[in-house]
Amino acid sequence: MTEVLTLPPNLPNAQNAEVGASKFCPGCGHGMILKSLAFAIDDLNLKEKAVFGCDIGCSLLSWNYMDVDTVQTHHGRTTPVIYGVTRANPEAVGIAYMGDGGGLAIGAQHLVNAAVRGEKMLIIVANNTNYGMTGGQMSPTTMPGQRTETTPYGRDCSVTGKPAKGAEMVAAIADHEKSYVARASVSNLRNLRKVFTKALKNVEMGGFSFVEVLSLCPLNWRTNNVDTWGRLKTMEECFEVKEFLSREGL
Amino acid sequence: MVNKLIKEDTKMFLTGNEVLAYAANAAEAEFMYGYPITPQNEIMHTWCKLLPKMEAGFLQTEDEISAGFSTIGGILAGKRAFTATAGPGNVIMQDAQSMAEMMRIPFVCAVMQRGGPSTATVIYAQQETRLTCFGGNGEGFRVVYSTAGHQDLYDYMIKAFNTAWTYRFPTYVLADGYQGKMREPVMLYDPASRGIKMVPTEKYLLADGKIGVDRKSAHMRNTYNMEEELMEVLEGYQKDYDKMAEEIAEYKEYKADDAEILIIAHGIVARSAVTAIDQLRAKGIKVGLFRPITIRPLAVKPLREAVKRAKQVLFTESANGQLAQMVLEKLYGLQTPYSTLFKMGVGVTGDDIVNKVEAMVKEPATV
Repeated sequence: MTEVLTLPPNLPNAQNAEVGASKFCPGCGHGMILKSLAFAIDDLNLKEKAVFGCDIGCSLLSWNYMDVDTVQTHHGRTTPVIYGVTRANPEAVGIAYMGDGGGLAIGAQHLVNAAVRGEKMLIIVANNTNYGMTGGQMSPTTMPGQRTETTPYGRDCSVTGKPAKGAEMVAAIADHEKSYVARASVSNLRNLRKVFTKALKNVEMGGFSFVEVLSLCPLNWRTNNVDTWGRLKTMEECFEVKEFLSREGL
Repeated sequence: MVNKLIKEDTKMFLTGNEVLAYAANAAEAEFMYGYPITPQNEIMHTWCKLLPKMEAGFLQTEDEISAGFSTIGGILAGKRAFTATAGPGNVIMQDAQSMAEMMRIPFVCAVMQRGGPSTATVIYAQQETRLTCFGGNGEGFRVVYSTAGHQDLYDYMIKAFNTAWTYRFPTYVLADGYQGKMREPVMLYDPASRGIKMVPTEKYLLADGKIGVDRKSAHMRNTYNMEEELMEVLEGYQKDYDKMAEEIAEYKEYKADDAEILIIAHGIVARSAVTAIDQLRAKGIKVGLFRPITIRPLAVKPLREAVKRAKQVLFTESANGQLAQMVLEKLYGLQTPYSTLFKMGVGVTGDDIVNKVEAMVKEPATV
């Protein structure tokens, strides 16, 4: 006789259990990133203080993913909406969630200025090296030679420049004493949760945090499981996974 | 709660931009987000100078896009926040304004018009009329008060906050650099002394109560999956908007009852019209003014009645008929002919109007 064991899913408290199946494509990295973030929110007991903002692009599908107060905004504009909230309510722990296009192209001026001003918020850029929602165009982080819909013969860096390094840029301009800047990868979720926990703790301490997460887009990459993982490993060679800025007490 | 600076009636000699900052304080505004652009800068300057006394907040953002969006953030956090802009700044702030429209956010913005299109001139025009009413990729679910002087700036800036928070449609005070930079005597007062009660704000994010116990987590969005789902939402908005229009549409008439020639003008041009009307009446010409104060929504019924009574209509604007276009649509079916005096980005003087009306007396409009 076979006994069926029903185990409750290991859901973080800050994740919205009512949402059911994820709206992201199979193999997408967003679900992993958001779950890690939700665990970090749990770790620091921030559910009642966190305000989560999501951008346009695939990240908008997270508009009801978290069981924290959420606002979905316009493309690139999550950063100003969230610092608008935290300026008005300094108790809030603001989180702005976006893709590489939202963070490093259309919303780059907001990222730069939020970092320089040391806005009390965490900006998360999910970097999957292309615009996913719109069908896989080149983004600022598309890797050299990578094929996308707008670089069908591979990204030619002599024409389009080299991939943007978000974490390095932010680390160069953010206040070194009050900022936490890191790049993590969905290949190591235990580390990702730790990075988010530090980043959020830094915000609680009144600082500015930026976390770039190397993520997956098998649909637009047109990769199978093996190749998807391989692509992530190539990305980790191109974009260094490490802490760029940290501070004591995190 | 901010400190209100004006506790009793105080007559002051101020620029319009200064008036707007005082009015925002009188309306208990708690936070301004802004970005420099002429001719609205002194609203920010004055607000910043008064900050320590008011115990309010200010953030100078990196552009008008972020000024608009961070204003939305402040409002969502429960503050009576506002912003101000002009010209090309108004253009790029449409991004945030359309989100406010979609999410029914009580967004308040003072628009001090300058010349357009593009950078154009920095001081005066009425060329942001259409943009302020209908900018963004939507249907123009907005309220726009067009002011004609400093007392208006004070009165309608206070009113704008209450309209926005009562009906939750983005609300604008539409003026121009002449009003912003010019000094006039103005009576500042505590709105409470006029029986005006400020509508309380609301925390849309981080409201009181524990998530999952006292309330559900807020999930605010402006994106919809299905076309029909969107239409249902917007039809609800339209219904609310139409109901509101009946309650808030405002206008002023000057000697319009027996006017054979009816001037339709808004904002500061309406003041030139008043000067012209007095001169023309002295010469025995029956001329009057219909000035829409809410140029969106328009007070359609009284507008049609005034036009129906007249033998001719004169539209005059410091733009190429941006208001006229909106008004004409509402006059469908009426036979009164009209003429126009449009000066794109240039002030219309009383003399301009006198000359034009005299010409209309000699040679009546036929269109």
